[in-house]
Amino acid sequence: MASAVRLAAPAATDQEPGPSPRTSRSIPAWVWALPPVAVLALVFLYPLALVVQESLAPGAYADVFASASFRDALVTTVWLAVASTAGCLVLGFALALVIAFVPFPGGKAVAKFIDVFLSFPSFLITLALLFLYGTVGMANGVWTDVTGDATGPFQFLTTPWGVLLAEITYFTPFVMRPLLAAFSQLETAQLEVASSLGARPLRIIRQVILPEALPALAAGGSLVLVMCLNEFGIVLFTGAKGVTTLPMLVYSKAILESDYAAACVVAVVNVALSVGLYVLYRGVSRRAGA
Amino acid sequence: MLVHSRTGKWTAWALFALLFVPLFALPLLVIVAASFSTHWSGAFPSGPTTAHYTAAVRGESLQALTTSLVTAVTASLVALTIGTWAALASAAMGKRGRRILDALFMLPVAVPSVVVGLAVLVAFSQPPLLLNGTRWIVILAHTVLVTAFAHQSVSAAIRRLDPMYEQAAASLGARPSYVLLRVKLPLLLPSLNAAAGLCFALSMGELSATMMLYPPDWLPLPVLIFTSTDRGSLFTGSALAVVLMTATLLALLAVSRIRTRASFR
Repeated sequence: MASAVRLAAPAATDQEPGPSPRTSRSIPAWVWALPPVAVLALVFLYPLALVVQESLAPGAYADVFASASFRDALVTTVWLAVASTAGCLVLGFALALVIAFVPFPGGKAVAKFIDVFLSFPSFLITLALLFLYGTVGMANGVWTDVTGDATGPFQFLTTPWGVLLAEITYFTPFVMRPLLAAFSQLETAQLEVASSLGARPLRIIRQVILPEALPALAAGGSLVLVMCLNEFGIVLFTGAKGVTTLPMLVYSKAILESDYAAACVVAVVNVALSVGLYVLYRGVSRRAGA
Repeated sequence: MLVHSRTGKWTAWALFALLFVPLFALPLLVIVAASFSTHWSGAFPSGPTTAHYTAAVRGESLQALTTSLVTAVTASLVALTIGTWAALASAAMGKRGRRILDALFMLPVAVPSVVVGLAVLVAFSQPPLLLNGTRWIVILAHTVLVTAFAHQSVSAAIRRLDPMYEQAAASLGARPSYVLLRVKLPLLLPSLNAAAGLCFALSMGELSATMMLYPPDWLPLPVLIFTSTDRGSLFTGSALAVVLMTATLLALLAVSRIRTRASFR
């Protein structure tokens, strides 16, 4: 970090003669891009290259691919991410529809609340779910109070379903934001015309709103998919030994078992998955103009 | 607009409340409620107390809060400088150069934070740069993670900037450095503030990379929240979580106040 600070410190002073048509005649524009790229290369690209290099240790890939824990983690990560994304899309679409097209007093405040929600870390959701659906939490407490049973029926928190619920809760706002932006640009006259021609709300949603919302849904959905593949805090706080995802496996291999070669292999697989999807997301969102 | 009948409207609103309240409002309320109580064995928490908060502003917890604040402020400032510089440089480049530079600076968003942590750990645990075990490795990882977001929001703001202003200034004979300092940066100030708030919030809540890297003497608040809930002290963890949320919100509020003042210029 010391070097990064040293490299970054001149940034504040050297920035003054920034890029402009006039300097570009004497100094080409790409020269100005060199200092930040050099910093990025030192603190990010070089470490990433070392991870790839370390993963190429003899036998590392074969060992990891052969282990059941890796295959389980891969399957769990992918289905959790796909299911969470699907849940976020459905829920986000429904909630954004009501905020945008069935306006109610306080709707603006709800939209603000969603923005604030985005700035909190994800693990808070898992912490809250412990109080809501944990073994001695609110839901089980109500159940035991009402029925007199010794234990409640909600025991899903340490299973993948608990992670799924937490991920859907945390990532739905990431779908709602682009959707609300897209809805605010929708011509309301279209809805009025469709409605006055006798279309019922469900038909308006299907034939007028949904086609307009598709780019925003695609962009939000692929962003959430990447973030779910990379999610760590929610899984860590769940504390379930039964739920291992790829980021969790990276952590446990590197920190708990000190098996860096294996951790690097899992990391490379995770990066390949996420970056591949992220490239797709950028393509989709550029087409959507988001 | 979509639904015209009275019952239809109320059905939509009821459905909204039914989904929104338990999923989004309740979790935050529950954390606040738990932070003020000592037991939660029934439907509601019991044993009201403020002891968790008196503990949260002392000793280890206070140190974790200052650690998080120092880390977040340092990482945000460095990230903002690098990200803004890269965004300004890429705006001056041709189409191809711009795409390469933007892709490079967006890469940390797509790479899992845990992997960023692992990469930084692998790279800086060996010479020539031995940072493992120092606070700098945590700050470095946070900087890497938030630089991408700073770059993204500043370059979006640069694209929206009207080129007329700088052209007018340049045609009146202003030097490029003068145009940058007196025209471009002041126009970008609101976006820079927003980016700073975003970076700060992200760094305050960062857990994944931090878990891979933190040395014993540089323990940010999210790590402390994890260790106390992992020990079973859920109520202490909630109080710390409320402190974390409040600190983040206060910083965002302060930043948005600066933004409204800056927009008067």
